[in-house]
Amino acid sequence: MNTTPSPLVSLENAGYQIGNKWLVRGVSFSVSKGEIVTLIGPNGSGKSTTVRLALGIYSPVEGKIIKSTGLKVGYVPQKLAIDAMLPLRVNRLMQLSAALSSREIEDALSLTGVGHLAKSEVQSLSGGEFQRVLLARAIARNPELLVLDEPVQGVDFSGEIALYDLILEIRNQLNCGILLVSHDLHVVMAATDNVICLNGHICCRGTPQIVAESDEYLRLFGGGASNILARYEHNHDHTHLPDGTVRHGDGSITNRCHPEDSSHKIAGDEGKEPGNAG
Amino acid sequence: MLDDFFVRALIAGTGVAIVAGPLGSFIVWRRLAYFGDTLAHSALLGVVLAFLFEINIALAVFIVSATVALVLLYLQRRGGLASDALLGILSHATLALGLVVLALMSQMPIDLMGLLFGDILAVSKIDIAVIYGGGALVLSLLILFWKSIFAATVSTELSQAEGMKPQLANVVFMLLVAMVIAISIKIIGVLLITALLIIPAAASRQISTGPEQMAVFASIIGVGAIVSGLYGSLAFDTPSGPTIVLAAVILFALSQLPFIRKFFHR
Repeated sequence: MNTTPSPLVSLENAGYQIGNKWLVRGVSFSVSKGEIVTLIGPNGSGKSTTVRLALGIYSPVEGKIIKSTGLKVGYVPQKLAIDAMLPLRVNRLMQLSAALSSREIEDALSLTGVGHLAKSEVQSLSGGEFQRVLLARAIARNPELLVLDEPVQGVDFSGEIALYDLILEIRNQLNCGILLVSHDLHVVMAATDNVICLNGHICCRGTPQIVAESDEYLRLFGGGASNILARYEHNHDHTHLPDGTVRHGDGSITNRCHPEDSSHKIAGDEGKEPGNAG
Repeated sequence: MLDDFFVRALIAGTGVAIVAGPLGSFIVWRRLAYFGDTLAHSALLGVVLAFLFEINIALAVFIVSATVALVLLYLQRRGGLASDALLGILSHATLALGLVVLALMSQMPIDLMGLLFGDILAVSKIDIAVIYGGGALVLSLLILFWKSIFAATVSTELSQAEGMKPQLANVVFMLLVAMVIAISIKIIGVLLITALLIIPAAASRQISTGPEQMAVFASIIGVGAIVSGLYGSLAFDTPSGPTIVLAAVILFALSQLPFIRKFFHR
Protein backbone atom coordinates (compact mmCIF):
# COMPACT_ATOMS: atom_id res chain seq x y z
CA MET A 1 0.00 0.00 0.00
CA ASN A 2 2.81 2.35 0.81
CA THR A 3 5.14 3.64 -1.84
CA THR A 4 8.22 3.88 0.42
CA PRO A 5 10.31 0.70 0.22
CA SER A 6 10.73 -0.42 3.83
CA PRO A 7 8.39 1.09 6.41
CA LEU A 8 9.43 1.28 10.08
CA VAL A 9 6.12 -0.17 11.15
CA SER A 10 3.14 -1.28 9.14
CA LEU A 11 -0.29 -2.49 10.13
CA GLU A 12 -1.95 -4.91 7.78
CA ASN A 13 -5.68 -5.32 8.20
CA ALA A 14 -5.14 -5.13 11.96
CA GLY A 15 -8.03 -5.51 14.39
CA TYR A 16 -8.35 -5.59 18.18
CA GLN A 17 -11.24 -6.99 20.13
CA ILE A 18 -12.25 -6.87 23.81
CA GLY A 19 -15.01 -9.34 24.67
CA ASN A 20 -16.98 -9.42 21.45
CA LYS A 21 -16.60 -5.73 20.70
CA TRP A 22 -14.15 -4.72 18.01
CA LEU A 23 -12.34 -1.54 19.08
CA VAL A 24 -10.74 -1.22 15.66
CA ARG A 25 -10.83 -3.46 12.65
CA GLY A 26 -9.33 -3.62 9.21
CA VAL A 27 -6.71 -0.96 9.85
CA SER A 28 -3.87 -0.78 7.34
CA PHE A 29 -1.23 1.90 7.16
CA SER A 30 2.49 2.31 7.62
CA VAL A 31 5.00 4.84 8.86
CA SER A 32 8.31 5.25 7.06
CA LYS A 33 11.50 7.09 7.89
CA GLY A 34 11.00 10.85 7.85
CA GLU A 35 7.27 10.48 7.37
CA ILE A 36 4.59 12.06 9.56
CA VAL A 37 1.31 10.19 9.89
CA THR A 38 -1.58 11.74 11.83
CA LEU A 39 -4.43 9.67 13.23
CA ILE A 40 -7.65 11.58 13.79
CA GLY A 41 -11.13 10.54 14.82
CA PRO A 42 -13.83 11.22 17.42
CA ASN A 43 -13.63 9.95 21.02
CA GLY A 44 -13.77 6.19 21.20
CA SER A 45 -12.90 5.79 17.54
CA GLY A 46 -9.91 3.57 18.36
CA LYS A 47 -7.03 6.02 17.94
CA SER A 48 -5.23 4.98 21.10
CA THR A 49 -5.98 1.32 20.40
CA THR A 50 -4.42 1.69 16.96
CA VAL A 51 -1.35 3.36 18.45
CA ARG A 52 -1.04 0.55 21.02
CA LEU A 53 -1.24 -2.00 18.22
CA ALA A 54 1.47 -0.18 16.29
CA LEU A 55 3.66 -0.07 19.42
CA GLY A 56 3.18 -3.73 20.28
CA ILE A 57 1.42 -2.94 23.59
CA TYR A 58 -1.58 -4.85 22.24
CA SER A 59 -1.28 -7.90 20.03
CA PRO A 60 -3.66 -7.80 17.08
CA VAL A 61 -6.60 -10.22 17.26
CA GLU A 62 -6.64 -10.32 13.49
CA GLY A 63 -4.29 -9.01 10.83
CA LYS A 64 -0.67 -8.30 11.58
CA ILE A 65 1.84 -5.68 12.65
CA ILE A 66 5.26 -5.67 11.00
CA LYS A 67 8.09 -3.76 12.64
CA SER A 68 11.52 -3.31 11.16
CA THR A 69 14.05 -5.32 13.15
CA GLY A 70 15.58 -3.61 16.18
CA LEU A 71 13.31 -0.62 15.76
CA LYS A 72 14.08 2.06 18.33
CA VAL A 73 10.84 3.66 19.50
CA GLY A 74 10.25 6.85 21.48
CA TYR A 75 6.77 7.01 22.97
CA VAL A 76 4.94 9.95 24.52
CA PRO A 77 1.81 8.47 26.12
CA GLN A 78 -1.42 10.41 26.47
CA LYS A 79 -1.10 10.45 30.22
CA LEU A 80 1.39 9.20 32.75
CA ALA A 81 0.71 9.27 36.49
CA ILE A 82 3.80 9.24 38.70
CA ASP A 83 3.02 7.96 42.20
CA ALA A 84 3.59 10.52 44.95
CA MET A 85 5.70 7.96 46.85
CA LEU A 86 8.25 7.81 44.03
CA PRO A 87 11.02 10.40 44.34
CA LEU A 88 11.71 11.14 40.70
CA ARG A 89 13.49 14.11 39.21
CA VAL A 90 13.35 15.05 35.57
CA ASN A 91 16.92 14.00 34.78
CA ARG A 92 16.28 10.53 36.27
CA LEU A 93 13.02 10.15 34.32
CA MET A 94 14.95 11.03 31.16
CA GLN A 95 16.99 7.84 31.61
CA LEU A 96 14.04 5.52 32.13
CA SER A 97 14.77 3.27 29.16
CA ALA A 98 18.27 4.29 28.08
CA ALA A 99 21.39 5.47 29.85
CA LEU A 100 22.21 8.97 28.60
CA SER A 101 25.09 11.36 29.13
CA SER A 102 24.26 14.57 30.97
CA ARG A 103 24.97 16.34 27.69
CA GLU A 104 22.32 14.33 25.84
CA ILE A 105 19.79 15.00 28.62
CA GLU A 106 20.57 18.71 28.55
CA ASP A 107 20.28 18.92 24.76
CA ALA A 108 16.94 17.13 24.59
CA LEU A 109 15.46 19.17 27.43
CA SER A 110 16.56 22.47 25.94
CA LEU A 111 15.26 21.44 22.51
CA THR A 112 11.79 21.10 24.02
CA GLY A 113 12.29 24.30 26.03
CA VAL A 114 12.41 22.83 29.54
CA GLY A 115 16.18 22.80 30.16
CA HIS A 116 15.70 24.71 33.41
CA LEU A 117 13.59 21.88 34.88
CA ALA A 118 16.26 19.14 34.87
CA LYS A 119 16.44 18.99 38.66
CA SER A 120 12.74 19.44 39.42
CA GLU A 121 10.63 16.69 40.93
CA VAL A 122 8.27 15.48 38.19
CA GLN A 123 5.24 15.71 40.50
CA SER A 124 5.81 19.48 40.78
CA LEU A 125 5.57 20.12 37.02
CA SER A 126 2.54 21.62 35.32
CA GLY A 127 0.73 19.61 32.65
CA GLY A 128 2.42 21.47 29.80
CA GLU A 129 5.89 21.22 31.35
CA PHE A 130 5.47 17.50 31.98
CA GLN A 131 4.32 16.99 28.38
CA ARG A 132 7.51 18.66 27.13
CA VAL A 133 9.66 16.62 29.51
CA LEU A 134 8.04 13.43 28.18
CA LEU A 135 8.72 14.59 24.63
CA ALA A 136 12.34 15.34 25.52
CA ARG A 137 12.65 11.88 27.09
CA ALA A 138 11.29 10.24 23.97
CA ILE A 139 13.64 12.05 21.59
CA ALA A 140 16.74 11.88 23.79
CA ARG A 141 17.31 8.25 22.81
CA ASN A 142 17.35 9.14 19.11
CA PRO A 143 14.32 7.09 18.13
CA GLU A 144 13.72 5.89 14.60
CA LEU A 145 9.98 6.04 15.28
CA LEU A 146 8.44 8.70 17.50
CA VAL A 147 4.87 8.07 18.66
CA LEU A 148 2.88 10.91 20.21
CA ASP A 149 -0.58 10.26 21.65
CA GLU A 150 -2.46 13.58 21.70
CA PRO A 151 0.54 15.81 22.39
CA VAL A 152 -1.48 19.02 22.07
CA GLN A 153 -4.17 17.90 24.48
CA GLY A 154 -4.86 20.68 26.98
CA VAL A 155 -2.38 22.99 25.28
CA ASP A 156 -3.71 26.41 24.22
CA PHE A 157 -3.75 27.46 20.60
CA SER A 158 -0.40 29.26 20.44
CA GLY A 159 1.09 26.40 22.43
CA GLU A 160 -0.30 23.99 19.85
CA ILE A 161 1.41 25.85 17.01
CA ALA A 162 4.67 25.96 18.97
CA LEU A 163 4.46 22.25 19.74
CA TYR A 164 3.78 21.30 16.11
CA ASP A 165 6.65 23.56 15.10
CA LEU A 166 8.85 21.67 17.55
CA ILE A 167 7.70 18.27 16.29
CA LEU A 168 8.56 19.35 12.76
CA GLU A 169 11.99 20.47 13.92
CA ILE A 170 12.52 17.12 15.65
CA ARG A 171 11.55 15.29 12.45
CA ASN A 172 14.00 17.41 10.47
CA GLN A 173 16.82 16.87 12.97
CA LEU A 174 16.38 13.16 13.63
CA ASN A 175 14.75 12.19 10.33
CA CYS A 176 12.59 9.78 12.31
CA GLY A 177 9.12 8.57 11.38
CA ILE A 178 6.38 10.19 13.45
CA LEU A 179 2.99 8.74 14.33
CA LEU A 180 0.80 11.43 15.80
CA VAL A 181 -2.67 11.18 17.37
CA SER A 182 -4.90 14.22 17.36
CA HIS A 183 -8.42 14.67 18.69
CA ASP A 184 -8.94 17.66 16.40
CA LEU A 185 -10.95 16.45 13.43
CA HIS A 186 -10.25 19.33 11.09
CA VAL A 187 -6.93 20.92 11.90
CA VAL A 188 -3.75 18.88 11.59
CA MET A 189 -0.05 19.54 11.27
CA ALA A 190 0.72 20.96 7.84
CA ALA A 191 3.78 18.74 7.50
CA THR A 192 1.67 15.60 7.84
CA ASP A 193 2.25 13.29 4.91
CA ASN A 194 -0.75 11.14 5.58
CA VAL A 195 -3.90 11.78 7.60
CA ILE A 196 -5.90 8.74 8.66
CA CYS A 197 -9.42 9.26 9.95
CA LEU A 198 -10.59 6.46 12.22
CA ASN A 199 -13.98 5.49 13.46
CA GLY A 200 -13.53 1.88 14.47
CA HIS A 201 -12.16 1.41 10.97
CA ILE A 202 -10.44 3.71 8.52
CA CYS A 203 -13.08 6.16 7.29
CA CYS A 204 -10.89 8.08 4.92
CA ARG A 205 -7.29 9.06 4.45
CA GLY A 206 -5.22 11.49 2.46
CA THR A 207 -2.97 14.51 2.59
CA PRO A 208 -3.95 17.70 4.41
CA GLN A 209 -4.54 20.95 2.62
CA ILE A 210 -2.36 23.85 3.60
CA VAL A 211 -4.20 26.44 5.62
CA ALA A 212 -2.90 29.28 3.49
CA GLU A 213 -5.14 28.10 0.66
CA SER A 214 -8.18 28.82 2.74
CA ASP A 215 -9.12 32.42 3.50
CA GLU A 216 -11.40 31.26 6.26
CA TYR A 217 -8.60 29.60 8.22
CA LEU A 218 -6.25 32.49 7.54
CA ARG A 219 -8.75 34.86 9.08
CA LEU A 220 -9.29 32.53 12.02
CA PHE A 221 -5.72 31.64 12.83
CA GLY A 222 -3.70 34.49 11.33
CA GLY A 223 -0.71 34.21 9.07
CA GLY A 224 1.63 32.75 11.67
CA ALA A 225 -0.18 29.45 11.77
CA SER A 226 -0.29 28.98 8.06
CA ASN A 227 2.95 27.04 7.77
CA ILE A 228 2.23 24.80 10.71
CA LEU A 229 -1.46 23.96 10.63
CA ALA A 230 -3.43 22.50 7.80
CA ARG A 231 -7.02 21.70 7.11
CA TYR A 232 -8.10 18.17 6.50
CA GLU A 233 -11.02 17.62 4.17
CA HIS A 234 -12.92 14.48 5.15
CA ASN A 235 -14.13 12.22 2.43
CA HIS A 236 -16.58 9.92 4.15
CA ASP A 237 -19.07 7.78 2.30
CA HIS A 238 -21.13 7.35 5.45
CA THR A 239 -21.75 8.97 8.84
CA HIS A 240 -22.09 7.22 12.21
CA LEU A 241 -25.20 8.61 13.89
CA PRO A 242 -25.50 8.92 17.69
CA ASP A 243 -27.96 6.00 17.94
CA GLY A 244 -25.46 3.64 16.35
CA THR A 245 -27.04 3.55 12.89
CA VAL A 246 -25.20 4.64 9.78
CA ARG A 247 -26.25 7.22 7.20
CA HIS A 248 -24.82 6.54 3.76
CA GLY A 249 -23.82 8.94 1.01
CA ASP A 250 -27.12 8.41 -0.78
CA GLY A 251 -29.08 9.33 2.34
CA SER A 252 -30.20 5.82 3.28
CA ILE A 253 -29.85 4.70 6.90
CA THR A 254 -28.77 1.18 7.87
CA ASN A 255 -27.49 -0.59 10.97
CA ARG A 256 -24.05 -1.29 9.52
CA CYS A 257 -21.41 0.58 7.57
CA HIS A 258 -21.43 -1.87 4.71
CA PRO A 259 -24.09 -4.40 3.85
CA GLU A 260 -21.74 -7.36 3.56
CA ASP A 261 -19.93 -6.72 6.85
CA SER A 262 -20.63 -8.27 10.16
CA SER A 263 -18.73 -5.40 11.72
CA HIS A 264 -16.39 -2.60 10.79
CA LYS A 265 -14.34 -3.18 7.72
CA ILE A 266 -12.80 -1.04 5.07
CA ALA A 267 -15.03 -0.59 2.07
CA GLY A 268 -12.10 -0.16 -0.27
CA ASP A 269 -13.22 -3.16 -2.27
CA GLU A 270 -16.42 -1.31 -3.12
CA GLY A 271 -14.46 1.56 -4.54
CA LYS A 272 -16.51 4.00 -2.48
CA GLU A 273 -13.55 5.39 -0.57
CA PRO A 274 -10.99 6.58 -3.08
CA GLY A 275 -8.63 7.52 -0.23
CA ASN A 276 -8.14 3.88 0.62
CA ALA A 277 -6.06 3.31 -2.44
CA GLY A 278 -3.56 5.87 -1.12
CA MET B 1 30.18 -14.84 68.72
CA LEU B 2 27.47 -16.66 66.76
CA ASP B 3 26.83 -18.77 69.83
CA ASP B 4 25.05 -15.87 71.45
CA PHE B 5 21.35 -15.90 70.46
CA PHE B 6 21.17 -12.11 70.57
CA VAL B 7 24.07 -11.67 68.17
CA ARG B 8 22.49 -14.23 65.80
CA ALA B 9 19.24 -12.28 65.98
CA LEU B 10 21.01 -9.02 65.16
CA ILE B 11 22.86 -10.53 62.20
CA ALA B 12 19.77 -12.27 60.79
CA GLY B 13 17.56 -9.21 61.23
CA THR B 14 20.13 -6.95 59.57
CA GLY B 15 20.28 -9.25 56.55
CA VAL B 16 16.49 -9.27 56.19
CA ALA B 17 16.26 -5.48 56.54
CA ILE B 18 18.90 -4.87 53.87
CA VAL B 19 16.99 -6.95 51.31
CA ALA B 20 13.58 -5.63 52.40
CA GLY B 21 14.55 -1.98 51.73
CA PRO B 22 14.68 -1.98 47.92
CA LEU B 23 11.88 -4.55 47.51
CA GLY B 24 9.72 -2.60 49.95
CA SER B 25 10.35 0.59 47.97
CA PHE B 26 9.01 -1.09 44.84
CA ILE B 27 5.99 -2.37 46.79
CA VAL B 28 5.26 1.18 47.92
CA TRP B 29 5.75 2.67 44.42
CA ARG B 30 3.54 0.02 42.86
CA ARG B 31 0.91 0.26 45.64
CA LEU B 32 1.23 -3.44 46.35
CA ALA B 33 1.01 -3.40 50.15
CA TYR B 34 -1.97 -5.72 50.06
CA PHE B 35 -0.11 -8.02 47.67
CA GLY B 36 2.69 -8.30 50.24
CA ASP B 37 0.11 -9.22 52.88
CA THR B 38 -1.37 -11.87 50.61
CA LEU B 39 1.99 -13.55 50.04
CA ALA B 40 2.79 -13.33 53.73
CA HIS B 41 -0.50 -14.95 54.71
CA SER B 42 0.12 -17.75 52.24
CA ALA B 43 3.49 -18.26 53.94
CA LEU B 44 1.77 -19.90 56.90
CA LEU B 45 0.60 -22.66 54.59
CA GLY B 46 4.21 -22.96 53.40
CA VAL B 47 5.48 -23.44 56.94
CA VAL B 48 2.89 -26.12 57.67
CA LEU B 49 3.76 -27.93 54.43
CA ALA B 50 7.45 -27.72 55.36
CA PHE B 51 6.74 -29.65 58.55
CA LEU B 52 4.46 -32.08 56.74
CA PHE B 53 7.01 -32.98 54.06
CA GLU B 54 10.07 -32.29 56.19
CA ILE B 55 11.68 -29.78 53.87
CA ASN B 56 13.40 -26.45 54.56
CA ILE B 57 10.89 -23.81 55.75
CA ALA B 58 12.23 -20.99 53.55
CA LEU B 59 12.07 -23.24 50.48
CA ALA B 60 8.50 -24.36 51.22
CA VAL B 61 7.36 -20.79 51.89
CA PHE B 62 8.96 -19.63 48.65
CA ILE B 63 7.20 -22.37 46.65
CA VAL B 64 3.78 -21.53 48.11
CA SER B 65 4.23 -17.72 47.84
CA ALA B 66 5.55 -17.95 44.30
CA THR B 67 2.62 -20.17 43.32
CA VAL B 68 0.15 -17.69 44.81
CA ALA B 69 1.91 -14.82 42.99
CA LEU B 70 1.74 -16.63 39.64
CA VAL B 71 -1.92 -17.63 40.17
CA LEU B 72 -2.66 -13.98 40.92
CA LEU B 73 -0.84 -12.87 37.77
CA TYR B 74 -2.83 -15.39 35.72
CA LEU B 75 -6.18 -14.35 37.23
CA GLN B 76 -5.38 -10.67 36.71
CA ARG B 77 -4.57 -11.27 33.07
CA ARG B 78 -7.74 -13.30 32.58
CA GLY B 79 -9.71 -10.28 33.84
CA GLY B 80 -13.23 -10.18 35.22
CA LEU B 81 -12.38 -9.57 38.89
CA ALA B 82 -10.77 -6.50 40.45
CA SER B 83 -7.25 -7.01 41.78
CA ASP B 84 -8.09 -6.26 45.40
CA ALA B 85 -10.95 -8.79 45.35
CA LEU B 86 -8.58 -11.41 43.92
CA LEU B 87 -5.98 -10.59 46.58
CA GLY B 88 -8.58 -10.86 49.34
CA ILE B 89 -9.71 -14.26 48.09
CA LEU B 90 -6.19 -15.66 47.68
CA SER B 91 -4.93 -14.16 50.92
CA HIS B 92 -7.64 -15.57 53.14
CA ALA B 93 -8.00 -18.84 51.27
CA THR B 94 -4.34 -19.68 51.85
CA LEU B 95 -4.35 -18.40 55.44
CA ALA B 96 -7.43 -20.47 56.29
CA LEU B 97 -6.02 -23.52 54.54
CA GLY B 98 -2.78 -23.15 56.48
CA LEU B 99 -4.64 -22.92 59.82
CA VAL B 100 -6.87 -25.91 59.01
CA VAL B 101 -3.96 -28.13 57.98
CA LEU B 102 -2.09 -26.99 61.08
CA ALA B 103 -5.02 -28.07 63.27
CA LEU B 104 -5.27 -31.44 61.49
CA MET B 105 -1.65 -32.29 62.25
CA SER B 106 -1.96 -31.49 65.94
CA GLN B 107 0.81 -33.90 66.86
CA MET B 108 3.34 -31.60 65.15
CA PRO B 109 5.36 -29.37 67.48
CA ILE B 110 4.58 -26.04 65.78
CA ASP B 111 4.67 -22.79 67.72
CA LEU B 112 1.77 -20.82 66.17
CA MET B 113 2.62 -17.58 67.98
CA GLY B 114 6.17 -17.83 66.68
CA LEU B 115 4.87 -18.28 63.14
CA LEU B 116 2.50 -15.33 63.35
CA PHE B 117 4.80 -12.88 65.10
CA GLY B 118 8.24 -14.23 64.39
CA ASP B 119 10.76 -15.76 66.73
CA ILE B 120 13.91 -13.83 66.06
CA LEU B 121 15.54 -15.07 69.25
CA ALA B 122 15.41 -18.69 68.01
CA VAL B 123 17.42 -18.00 64.86
CA SER B 124 19.92 -20.77 64.04
CA LYS B 125 23.21 -20.56 62.13
CA ILE B 126 21.50 -22.30 59.22
CA ASP B 127 18.81 -19.62 59.22
CA ILE B 128 21.54 -16.98 58.93
CA ALA B 129 23.07 -18.83 56.00
CA VAL B 130 19.66 -19.01 54.29
CA ILE B 131 19.02 -15.30 54.87
CA TYR B 132 22.40 -14.17 53.54
CA GLY B 133 22.53 -16.66 50.67
CA GLY B 134 18.94 -15.99 49.61
CA GLY B 135 19.34 -12.28 50.23
CA ALA B 136 22.44 -12.07 48.02
CA LEU B 137 20.53 -13.89 45.27
CA VAL B 138 17.55 -11.53 45.58
CA LEU B 139 19.73 -8.41 45.49
CA SER B 140 21.77 -9.66 42.51
CA LEU B 141 18.62 -10.44 40.53
CA LEU B 142 17.11 -7.11 41.51
CA ILE B 143 20.18 -5.20 40.33
CA LEU B 144 20.25 -7.22 37.10
CA PHE B 145 16.58 -6.47 36.36
CA TRP B 146 16.50 -3.05 38.05
CA LYS B 147 16.11 -1.01 34.89
CA SER B 148 13.23 -2.99 33.43
CA ILE B 149 11.44 -3.46 36.77
CA PHE B 150 11.75 0.26 37.42
CA ALA B 151 10.55 1.20 33.93
CA ALA B 152 7.58 -1.16 34.31
CA THR B 153 6.82 0.48 37.67
CA VAL B 154 6.68 3.95 36.10
CA SER B 155 4.62 2.79 33.12
CA THR B 156 3.95 -0.66 31.75
CA GLU B 157 2.85 0.78 28.41
CA LEU B 158 5.86 2.98 28.00
CA SER B 159 8.29 0.21 28.80
CA GLN B 160 6.47 -2.23 26.50
CA ALA B 161 6.50 0.33 23.67
CA GLU B 162 10.21 0.93 24.12
CA GLY B 163 11.09 -2.75 24.21
CA MET B 164 11.77 -3.24 27.94
CA LYS B 165 9.71 -6.44 28.42
CA PRO B 166 7.53 -5.33 31.37
CA GLN B 167 5.72 -8.68 31.64
CA LEU B 168 8.98 -10.47 32.34
CA ALA B 169 9.99 -7.71 34.76
CA ASN B 170 6.71 -8.11 36.65
CA VAL B 171 7.09 -11.88 37.00
CA VAL B 172 10.69 -11.51 38.22
CA PHE B 173 9.59 -8.84 40.69
CA MET B 174 6.79 -10.99 42.14
CA LEU B 175 9.17 -13.94 42.54
CA LEU B 176 11.68 -11.69 44.32
CA VAL B 177 8.99 -10.56 46.77
CA ALA B 178 8.12 -14.23 47.38
CA MET B 179 11.81 -14.93 48.10
CA VAL B 180 12.10 -12.05 50.55
CA ILE B 181 9.03 -13.26 52.41
CA ALA B 182 10.45 -16.78 52.48
CA ILE B 183 13.71 -15.71 54.08
CA SER B 184 12.16 -13.30 56.58
CA ILE B 185 9.23 -15.42 57.81
CA LYS B 186 11.13 -16.85 60.75
CA ILE B 187 12.42 -13.48 61.93
CA ILE B 188 9.35 -11.32 61.77
CA GLY B 189 6.38 -13.66 61.34
CA VAL B 190 3.47 -13.92 58.96
CA LEU B 191 1.50 -10.96 60.30
CA LEU B 192 4.25 -8.36 60.40
CA ILE B 193 6.38 -9.04 57.32
CA THR B 194 4.66 -6.41 55.22
CA ALA B 195 5.43 -3.84 57.91
CA LEU B 196 9.17 -4.41 57.52
CA LEU B 197 8.79 -4.03 53.74
CA ILE B 198 6.65 -0.92 53.74
CA ILE B 199 7.38 1.21 56.80
CA PRO B 200 11.14 1.76 56.22
CA ALA B 201 10.44 2.50 52.54
CA ALA B 202 7.73 5.02 53.43
CA ALA B 203 10.07 6.67 55.95
CA SER B 204 12.80 6.78 53.32
CA ARG B 205 10.56 8.63 50.84
CA GLN B 206 10.74 11.82 52.86
CA ILE B 207 14.51 12.04 52.84
CA SER B 208 15.23 10.81 49.30
CA THR B 209 15.53 12.67 46.02
CA GLY B 210 15.85 9.66 43.72
CA PRO B 211 14.53 6.09 43.52
CA GLU B 212 17.90 4.39 44.04
CA GLN B 213 18.62 6.62 47.02
CA MET B 214 15.22 5.78 48.50
CA ALA B 215 15.93 2.04 48.17
CA VAL B 216 19.29 2.35 49.98
CA PHE B 217 17.92 4.62 52.73
CA ALA B 218 15.05 2.16 53.24
CA SER B 219 17.60 -0.58 53.94
CA ILE B 220 19.45 1.64 56.41
CA ILE B 221 16.24 2.65 58.20
CA GLY B 222 15.20 -1.02 58.28
CA VAL B 223 18.50 -2.00 59.92
CA GLY B 224 17.95 0.82 62.43
CA ALA B 225 14.51 -0.56 63.23
CA ILE B 226 15.86 -4.11 63.67
CA VAL B 227 18.69 -3.08 65.97
CA SER B 228 16.66 -0.70 68.14
CA GLY B 229 13.68 -3.08 68.15
CA LEU B 230 15.81 -6.01 69.29
CA TYR B 231 17.44 -4.00 72.08
CA GLY B 232 14.00 -2.73 73.04
CA SER B 233 12.65 -6.26 73.10
CA LEU B 234 15.51 -7.31 75.38
CA ALA B 235 15.11 -4.29 77.68
CA PHE B 236 11.32 -4.40 78.05
CA ASP B 237 10.94 -8.18 77.71
CA THR B 238 8.48 -7.82 74.80
CA PRO B 239 8.08 -10.08 71.71
CA SER B 240 10.73 -9.21 69.11
CA GLY B 241 8.56 -8.92 65.93
CA PRO B 242 6.07 -6.34 67.22
CA THR B 243 8.84 -4.40 68.98
CA ILE B 244 10.80 -4.14 65.71
CA VAL B 245 7.71 -2.92 63.87
CA LEU B 246 7.08 -0.29 66.56
CA ALA B 247 10.69 0.86 66.24
CA ALA B 248 10.15 1.20 62.47
CA VAL B 249 6.99 3.23 63.08
CA ILE B 250 8.93 5.59 65.39
CA LEU B 251 11.58 6.06 62.69
CA PHE B 252 8.79 6.73 60.17
CA ALA B 253 7.27 9.36 62.48
CA LEU B 254 10.70 11.01 62.83
CA SER B 255 11.11 11.10 59.04
CA GLN B 256 7.92 13.13 58.78
CA LEU B 257 9.35 16.00 60.85
CA PRO B 258 9.83 19.05 58.63
CA PHE B 259 13.41 19.80 59.65
CA ILE B 260 14.52 16.24 58.83
CA ARG B 261 13.13 16.56 55.32
CA LYS B 262 14.75 19.95 54.91
CA PHE B 263 18.10 18.60 56.04
CA PHE B 264 18.12 15.91 53.34
CA HIS B 265 16.70 18.13 50.58
CA ARG B 266 19.32 20.83 50.69
